[in-house]
Amino acid sequence: MSIKVINDKCTGCRICISACPLDAIKVENKLAVIDLDKCNLCGACISSCKSGAIAIEKKQAKVANKEEYKGVWVFAEQRNGEIDTVSYELLGEGRKLADKLQEELAAVLVGDGIRKEAGKLTAHGADKVYVVDNPGLKEYQDSSYSKALFSLVQRHKPSIILGGATTIGRSLLPKLAVMLPTGLTADCTGLEIDNEKKLLLQTRPAFGGNIMATIICPDYRPQMATVRPRVMKKLPEDPSRKGEIIEEEVQFVKRDMMTKVVDVVKDETIHVNLQDAEIIVSGGRGLKAPENFKLIRELADALGGAVGSSRAAVDAGWIPYSHQVGQTGKTTAPKIYFACGISGAIQHQVGMRTADVIIAINKDPQAPIFQIATYGIVGDLFQVIPALIKKFKEVL
Amino acid sequence: MNIIVFIKQVPETTEVKINPETNTLIREGVTSIINPFDMYAIEEGLRVREAKGGRVTVITMGPPQAEAALRQCIAMGVDEVVLLSDRVFAGSDTLATSYTLSCAVRKIKDFDLIICGKQASDGDTAQVGPGIAQHLNIPFVTYVRKIEEIPEDRKSIRVEKMVDEGYEVREMKLPALITVVKEINEPRLESLRGKLNAKKAQIPVWTFSDMEMDKERLGLDGSPTQVIKIFTPQPREAGEIFEGEAEDCVNKLVEKMKENKIV
Repeated sequence: MSIKVINDKCTGCRICISACPLDAIKVENKLAVIDLDKCNLCGACISSCKSGAIAIEKKQAKVANKEEYKGVWVFAEQRNGEIDTVSYELLGEGRKLADKLQEELAAVLVGDGIRKEAGKLTAHGADKVYVVDNPGLKEYQDSSYSKALFSLVQRHKPSIILGGATTIGRSLLPKLAVMLPTGLTADCTGLEIDNEKKLLLQTRPAFGGNIMATIICPDYRPQMATVRPRVMKKLPEDPSRKGEIIEEEVQFVKRDMMTKVVDVVKDETIHVNLQDAEIIVSGGRGLKAPENFKLIRELADALGGAVGSSRAAVDAGWIPYSHQVGQTGKTTAPKIYFACGISGAIQHQVGMRTADVIIAINKDPQAPIFQIATYGIVGDLFQVIPALIKKFKEVL
Repeated sequence: MNIIVFIKQVPETTEVKINPETNTLIREGVTSIINPFDMYAIEEGLRVREAKGGRVTVITMGPPQAEAALRQCIAMGVDEVVLLSDRVFAGSDTLATSYTLSCAVRKIKDFDLIICGKQASDGDTAQVGPGIAQHLNIPFVTYVRKIEEIPEDRKSIRVEKMVDEGYEVREMKLPALITVVKEINEPRLESLRGKLNAKKAQIPVWTFSDMEMDKERLGLDGSPTQVIKIFTPQPREAGEIFEGEAEDCVNKLVEKMKENKIV
C-alpha cells in the first residue's frame, strides 16, 4: 500500500497542493512530491489531478470467488409487523440496479409473524422474498437480526445489499459488515452501476453536505450501502406482480439476544418522524417564546406535516431535542421545508438543504436562509404564518 | 468501572468547501476540533466515573497532531489518553478503523463500558461504534439518550435508546458499548487545573508494534471501500423572495406553489 506520483504525467500544476487537506504535498523541480509521514491516503489529490499523475497502489484483497456473488438484496425493515416505506423505496432503486446487472432483486424480511407481508414486497418489485419468521425475532435486536442476515448471505451470496439509513439500518448493517466482513457505505443519496466493471457506485454527502463523494467496494462481497429515506422512488404497488416467497430457517440461541427490551415508551411529545416526513415546518429563535410553537404546529397540521426546530429553540428548552434539524440533530429530505424564524446557519442547513422546496419566513432579509430558499417571505412571522394557515385551509 | 471513550479529531465541518474552479478541498483556515458528538461521550464517561468510581481512558486514532484533541480531554478531567498513530493505519475506512480501535481495547483488556459519540461530523457514518462492538463480540446499543442504571454488581447496564416513536429501555450485560446523542448531557468546560495537567501531560502513542494486530486488516489494505471521486453538490438556484404586506406575500407564494405544482 502506497501512494506515488507518476513523474511522466505530472505537470507540476500545483492543484494537488491545495487539494491536500493535510499539507503533505509540495512541488519540487516541477514535480509533485508527497510527504508520506503526513499523508493519510485520503485520495483527495487523486481526484483533483487533471493528468492522472497520482496513484494509490493497493494490495488486492484475497476475496476468492467474487463472481459467485449475484443479485441485489434489500433489507425489508419492519416495525411492529409493518413494512417501512424506505424498504419500498429501496426496492424501486434495487429494481433498476438489478435490471442493469441482469440479476435478481430479492427482499429479506426478518421478524415474527411477518410472512403475510411478503406479498407487498413482490408487489413493489422484488423477484424473491427470503423470510425469516421466528418468535425470537419479535423485537428488533442488532444481534439476532444480524445473525439472520449473516446466515442468509452465507447461503445465497448476494452481490449487493441495501438497507435504509434509519435508526435500525444504521446499527444493523455496520454490525453485519464487520461480521462478513465487507465494506459498507453510509447514507447514500445516489447509486449507479459502473457499466464496465459492474461495480456499485455509491454517492454520499460528507462534511455536512459540503462535499459529495463516490465510493466503491471493488474486492469484497457483498457491496453494502445504507440509503437515506425519501431519496429513492418506490414503484407503484402492483398486486398482480408475483414472486417467489422462500422461508428460511435460522436457529437462535440465548447468546444471540444480546440486549433486552425492558420497556417501550411512546412519547407523544416526541412523536416525530422527521426523516420520513414529506412536509416539515420548523421554528427557530424568531418565535420568541415557547408557547409560540403552537403557530408552527397549526401550520404543520394544516399541511399534514411534521414539526421541526432549529438548535436555538431546542437549547432554549422550547421543544424537545427529537425535533432538532441540523448537524447535531436530524438530517431530513422532505418535499417541502418551511423555515420560520430560523436564520439558517450552516449547521442548520446541513440538516435540510436537500429538501425539494425550501420556504423561508424571516424578518431579516440578510438571513442566510434566504440564500438557499426556493421561496422566501421577508416579514413578521406572527403575521405571515396565520395568513399562511388561513390560505392553506382555503386551497387544500 | 473502567470506561473507554473513543473520539475523533475532525475539521470544523462548516468551514470545509470545495474550490469550484479546481474541484479541490479548500483547507486554509480550517481548524480541528473534537467531533461534537464525542464531547457528550467524554462527559458521560466522566459522569459514570463520578457516580461509580474507576477510570476514564480516551483513545483516538489519527496523525500526530490529533494529540491536541487528547490534551483537551485531559483538561476536561479524564484519567488517561492514548493516541493510536502509525503510517500503516492511514487510509482506513470504517471497517479497518473499528478493527484498529478494537485492538487497542484488547490491549487494555480490563474495561466495563465503551462510549462513542453517535457519529462523526466529517464522515457522518455512525458505523465505527457498532463495528468496534462486533470486533470485540460485546453487546451494544446505539442512540442512547440516558443511562438509567448500572446496578451495584456492575454486571449490566440499563439505557434509554432514542427511536422514532419515543424511546426504548434496553438492558445488556457489561462489558458493552453505547453510542450517545446530544440529549444525554451537557459537556463540562475545561477546568483551570485540568488545563495545567493537559499542558504538562505526556501523550502515550501506540503504533502497530505496540498492539497485537493483523497487518492485512489495517489501513488502506484492510479497507474494502475506496473513494474514487469527490465533487461539490449542485448549488441551489436563487429563489424568489417576496416582501411587503403579509397577506400579499402569502397569496403570491401560494400562487407560485400552485403554478409549480408543489401543492
